[in-house]
Amino acid sequence: MSSLIVAEHHLGQLKAATANVIMAARELTQPIELLLIGPGACAAAEQAAAFAGVERVLVAEAPESCAPEVLAELIARLAGRCPGHVLAEASTQGRSVLPRVAALLDVGMIAQVIAIDSQTVFRRPIYAGNAIACVESLDEVRILTVRASAFAEAERCATPCPIVRLEEALAPAASRLVSEVLSTSARPELGSARVVVSGGRGLGSRENFALVERVADRLGGAVGASRAAVDAGFAGNDLQVGQTGKHVAPDLYLAVGISGAIQHLAGMSGSKVIVAINQDGEAPITQVADYTLVADLFEALPALERAL
Amino acid sequence: MKVLVAVKRVVDYNVKVRVKADQSGVDLANVKMSMNPFCEIAVEEAVRLKEKGIASEIVVVTAGPAQAQEQLRTALALGADRAVLIDTGTAELSSLTTAKLLKAVVDKEQPQLVILGKQAIDSDNNQTGQMLAALTGFAQGTFASKVEQAGDGLNVTREIDGGLQTVSLTLPAVVTTDLRLNEPRYASLPNIMKAKKKPLETLTPDALGVAVNASYEVVKVEAPAGRQAGIKVKSVAELVEKLKNEAKVI
Repeated sequence: MSSLIVAEHHLGQLKAATANVIMAARELTQPIELLLIGPGACAAAEQAAAFAGVERVLVAEAPESCAPEVLAELIARLAGRCPGHVLAEASTQGRSVLPRVAALLDVGMIAQVIAIDSQTVFRRPIYAGNAIACVESLDEVRILTVRASAFAEAERCATPCPIVRLEEALAPAASRLVSEVLSTSARPELGSARVVVSGGRGLGSRENFALVERVADRLGGAVGASRAAVDAGFAGNDLQVGQTGKHVAPDLYLAVGISGAIQHLAGMSGSKVIVAINQDGEAPITQVADYTLVADLFEALPALERAL
Repeated sequence: MKVLVAVKRVVDYNVKVRVKADQSGVDLANVKMSMNPFCEIAVEEAVRLKEKGIASEIVVVTAGPAQAQEQLRTALALGADRAVLIDTGTAELSSLTTAKLLKAVVDKEQPQLVILGKQAIDSDNNQTGQMLAALTGFAQGTFASKVEQAGDGLNVTREIDGGLQTVSLTLPAVVTTDLRLNEPRYASLPNIMKAKKKPLETLTPDALGVAVNASYEVVKVEAPAGRQAGIKVKSVAELVEKLKNEAKVI
């Protein structure tokens, strides 16, 4: 029995959420192996080897980023060796690849795990977070994606674990990467930020969205957005918080000009402190907010920026 | 090319569901049901591909109770040519079972492209498309916000965590739709009437040779922990003071 974590990196930089996935894996079967693939995997492996609880880091350096078809086959081969758990963050990559792994192994999959009750029993939100299902896996190999914001970060230890190079042949892919446009930002990553300031339709324009960004910068936080703000072009789609976007649980979530639809609340209602700034004192967001300021955001945001 | 679109009957996205008192599940009695929003986007994309002359025929399929016919009729009214209902009765289907049922239909129909929604808003699983791609050995383009024909294959722009990514897929392929792929149209009354005459075939899991069994058991379903009632602050100064001294988060 062992746990295999499929970790992510971008050009050799290990993704921060890996620390949370390791913490989740530590509640499961031991030992923990961590897998890294793609260009720069070796550099990321050295960062991963430093986490407490990881027994071994498996590395497959590849000249270009791996298609999900190729990745899934390799993971299925590794996971098929012995029963246990396969985990990944419920990121776009985890959600693309792990279901494919599960089907190749003819087992089910438990998505978006927020709590681990035992080796086989997991909790996950359903119906946009309006219910929490407690499910027992009946499979020998349990495939899980975990929500990083629901787990603490694993700490680093003094002695790094061994790194093992995999010499597996990678199958040719039926899909090929053509191009990638990644948004560059100096702000903390949305999924792991301690403070998130989100803007909605109430901002009115992309230019006005800068008001949200300035308050976020004052607080050292990340910027988020509602679907309405993304659809209207005020913010990039990768900033969307909600059922179909990012799930965040920061210490402070500041919702500005966001009504609080079911789908948005699904992505942020686990935040420790929620603040709503809205003109409508009856908006659904005020029902989950710890502090509500009923005010015109065009006056409140600059005032807030000055007060911080 | 022939396009297969999978749709699901789910609770309407505006309904705030309630957990049953006995914790056996969510109360769906007398609740409004609709087509899953991501599936509407999938149907719309198939219809647009047909309007551009890329798709020749659109077959829409669902696995679920007999009432799921309503959602198939909706898809027919939106422009699908014919429908297939896999009648699974009241059984709750896991993503893997659904993918196996769809695989059986893919084997029968031999489509070049299968379009699904990225996730169903009830189970929030986000698995069926990827599982179907694995079972059929097809290429996959998940979370698509743009689909274009490129030579013999497709170019799919995907919404990924840091931005956008374009991949080229060899056909046959599976594509799952993200919110921004398109704006689904409404069915017009004449089209709703015409949809009633379009063919709808009913199959059973037995006929397809697929066993409906779950890979997991639902132990219980609970309501999420409620939040304590909040307070209204009167000014920005009071808000900052509360965040500093009461909540201690800044």
